[in-house]
Amino acid sequence: MFRAIFQKIKQGLAKTRSLFGSVAELFGIRGRVDQQFLTELEKRLYLADVGTFATQEIVTRVRQAFLDKEINGDVKQFVKDQLRSLLTDASPGLRYQPSGPTVVMIAGVNGSGKTTSIAKLIKLCKDEGKKVMVAACDTFRAAATEQLTIWSQRLDCEIVKGQHGSDPAAIAHDACEKAKARGFDVLIVDTAGRLHTQTHLMRELDKIRRILTKQIPGAPHEVLLVLDATSGQNAIAQAENFKKTVECTGIVLAKLDGTAKGGAIFGVKQKLGLPVKYVGVGEKPEDLEPFDPEAYVEALFE
Amino acid sequence: MFEGITRGLSEALKKLKGRGRITEENVREGLQAVRTALLEADVNYDVADAFIQRVTQQAVGQEVTKMLDPSEQIVQIMYNELVQLMGPVDAKFHFAKDRPTVIMLCGLQGSGKTTTAGKLALLMRDKYGKKPLLVAADLQRPAAVEQLKVLGQQLGVDVYSEGAATPDGKGPNPVVVCSNAVSYAKKNSNDLVILDTAGRLHVAEMPMDELKQIDKICKPDEAYFVCDAMTGQDAVHSSKAFNDALDLNGVILTKLDGDARGGAALSIKEVTKVPIKLVGVGEKLQALEEFSPERMAQRILGQGDIAGILEKVARVQSEISEEERLRQQKKLEKGNFTLEDFRKQFEVMAKMGGMTELMGQLPGGLSQMIPEGEDPEQAVKRVQGMIDSMTKKERDDPDIIDMSRRRRIAAGSGVEPHEVKQFLGQFDQVRTIMRQMANMSMWQRMKMMMGMGQAGMFQPGAQMAKAKIGTGHRKSPKERAEERKKKRKQDKKRK
Ligand SMILES: Nc1nc2c(ncn2[C@@H]2O[C@H](COP(=O)(O)OP(=O)(O)OP(=O)(O)O)[C@@H](O)[C@H]2O)c(=O)[nH]1
Ligand SMILES: Nc1nc2c(ncn2[C@@H]2O[C@H](COP(=O)(O)OP(=O)(O)OP(=O)(O)O)[C@@H](O)[C@H]2O)c(=O)[nH]1
Ligand SMILES: [Mg+2]
Ligand SMILES: [Mg+2]
Repeated sequence: MFRAIFQKIKQGLAKTRSLFGSVAELFGIRGRVDQQFLTELEKRLYLADVGTFATQEIVTRVRQAFLDKEINGDVKQFVKDQLRSLLTDASPGLRYQPSGPTVVMIAGVNGSGKTTSIAKLIKLCKDEGKKVMVAACDTFRAAATEQLTIWSQRLDCEIVKGQHGSDPAAIAHDACEKAKARGFDVLIVDTAGRLHTQTHLMRELDKIRRILTKQIPGAPHEVLLVLDATSGQNAIAQAENFKKTVECTGIVLAKLDGTAKGGAIFGVKQKLGLPVKYVGVGEKPEDLEPFDPEAYVEALFE
Repeated sequence: MFEGITRGLSEALKKLKGRGRITEENVREGLQAVRTALLEADVNYDVADAFIQRVTQQAVGQEVTKMLDPSEQIVQIMYNELVQLMGPVDAKFHFAKDRPTVIMLCGLQGSGKTTTAGKLALLMRDKYGKKPLLVAADLQRPAAVEQLKVLGQQLGVDVYSEGAATPDGKGPNPVVVCSNAVSYAKKNSNDLVILDTAGRLHVAEMPMDELKQIDKICKPDEAYFVCDAMTGQDAVHSSKAFNDALDLNGVILTKLDGDARGGAALSIKEVTKVPIKLVGVGEKLQALEEFSPERMAQRILGQGDIAGILEKVARVQSEISEEERLRQQKKLEKGNFTLEDFRKQFEVMAKMGGMTELMGQLPGGLSQMIPEGEDPEQAVKRVQGMIDSMTKKERDDPDIIDMSRRRRIAAGSGVEPHEVKQFLGQFDQVRTIMRQMANMSMWQRMKMMMGMGQAGMFQPGAQMAKAKIGTGHRKSPKERAEERKKKRKQDKKRK
């Protein structure tokens, strides 16, 4: 399944290869592991947004293990293994509750891809035979509710919504009641985009979360933070604050179909231990794939 | 971060102080920290390297003066270089005289195009007296048309739309919609047309071709690239591709109201040479500002958005009654900064939001009030709790707080007596700083805010900057009160 993204990422990369060489090309160089090689390696990792921590870590390990040795497949495999070791294991995806609705809350900064990711999740859950409802808790952004409504119509899924400007927590409450009463398996809650630095909006998010917990025991069972793969190191600050406020359980890395590599997930894993559960690779409902760390590292190399 | 830069630099340049010239060797080591800081700020790798090269070239051979720390000299060079690279600002808009001016917005998905279209319409109407027409040219994303219509309605601005395309791609064509919109504008006496195009990937051929078509047929007077300020290394790819396709006239950087360091601004400018025109600083339609290279430079260097913070402080302070402010200032001038005032300051800060971010940017004593790892909000509550548990008399003159009072306050606020003591010690420091601030020029204040120097640097003879040296004897509150009186007298004499 990951093959598809792998292909997409490869295609994207092929188009930018003229600008920057890939990590893999580096290992085509003949010679020994010297300072120049290490600097090149560092550069290619930074260019993938891998960030200072993981980049320095890997460069140091390569230096220690291979300095003055010949550049060959071992070095390449070593770098791959190191990168892989800095990521979490493949994640099982959504964990459905044995009974009662499984509540999935979606959060993230503005425009990261939350609502579209929900469309994708609806499809995923429905494909797995679940009865899905969504709650349109973004009552702030112009036509946010309409956007989710269109998706719910196209995907034939129940939606609970409210007036523009109304209290999102009240909609969450309403949705929980309906999901319980009518035996839905999954309730996905869309929330308005907000920057993690906006204290009052983060508090609002916490309030939505608390309402969910109050209505359905153990809810929200998943809190997915949608990160934009094009964003750089700020993604770490985002993850930090969202995790603190709503205890995220995982990441959806959206927009991985462009030329950005989303390397910030290394920092997110290192600092917060949050696993990437899914990656978004397009604007259609089927453009969602479970995150496969091995394939991701491979794709970073190609 | 900025501290990191200066520290790295001063370490490397320590030997140089006061004599000789800066050499490449001296600089190289010091600039490593700068390079890392730039990369952490998401400046593109190659752009960061080129930048370091340039700064090195300029710094090497410079005379080291006695007056300045060499690291300060280099920071100055860096700052100037950054400002120069990201400038000059071209804040003017050029309007066509005999036909509607056409502005096209384009960019990646979710960067803020539609919101920015609304913001531009508002700016153009209110500041330039235009009658804008918003054009819904994103037929793809669900409810994109509706979103623009809502914004138009909120603003009372005309919106042109022919509806959306169906999921299978049938229905109106964006190129046709745009060209029809321009004709409509002429009839409807709209002298400005703003095209809100769909978000697209710069590597997606068909969508990029569509954009070129719109460009060819509508001949926009201005083509702006709308870019998310949080963008990482990829900014060079996308901006270059859009520029190659369209010959951009400007860049609009959005979501700068967060804490993104915004290195993308430098990368984009370097790669495309297209000026950054405007910045988005919020979701509200008023939140559009002119780009300031100076502020952006400070931000990328991690100095914190000093000007921004000052503005923010000013805004919040205007909320507090003018009278109250005057009263506080008078008190400050007199050096009578009480716990009551402190409490109010804290509340003001809490109101401004983003405590963590803010605390990092405040002078020493204040940020120490929050123990590492503690949630700032929590810390503020703790401090407020302690102050609340004091009597009016204690608040006005904390020097009278002795052991037994301390115990009572601790019990009342649910903390340990030693925490009360610690807090009072910190408060004492802040009070000293406040007293000094009252006599400082704006520049000195800013320097202090930037953490460029200890307060004492600007106040010869100030007591606070001295490192505390243990004497083995803890002074009683009474003794301290005596000392304070003496200090006050001295301060008065100095004036
Ligand atoms: N190429 C690509 N585009 C995506 C992906 N996910 C989302 N998008 C696009 O990104 C834009 C923003 O997506 P939304 O789902 O509206 O983002 P959001 O986080 O809900 O935005 P707000 O609610 O305004 O904060 C839309 O144009 C989506 O079509 C993805 O994986 N790949
Ligand atoms: N905080 C903040 N949010 C912004 C800013 N500009 C836009 N946004 C938000 O970012 C999100 C995306 O904005 P849109 O205007 O829908 O972005 P777009 O580029 O039109 O998105 P697509 O059409 O889907 O490609 C929305 O939630 C906006 O409210 C800004 O300057 N600051
Ligand atoms: Mg949304
Ligand atoms: Mg849009």
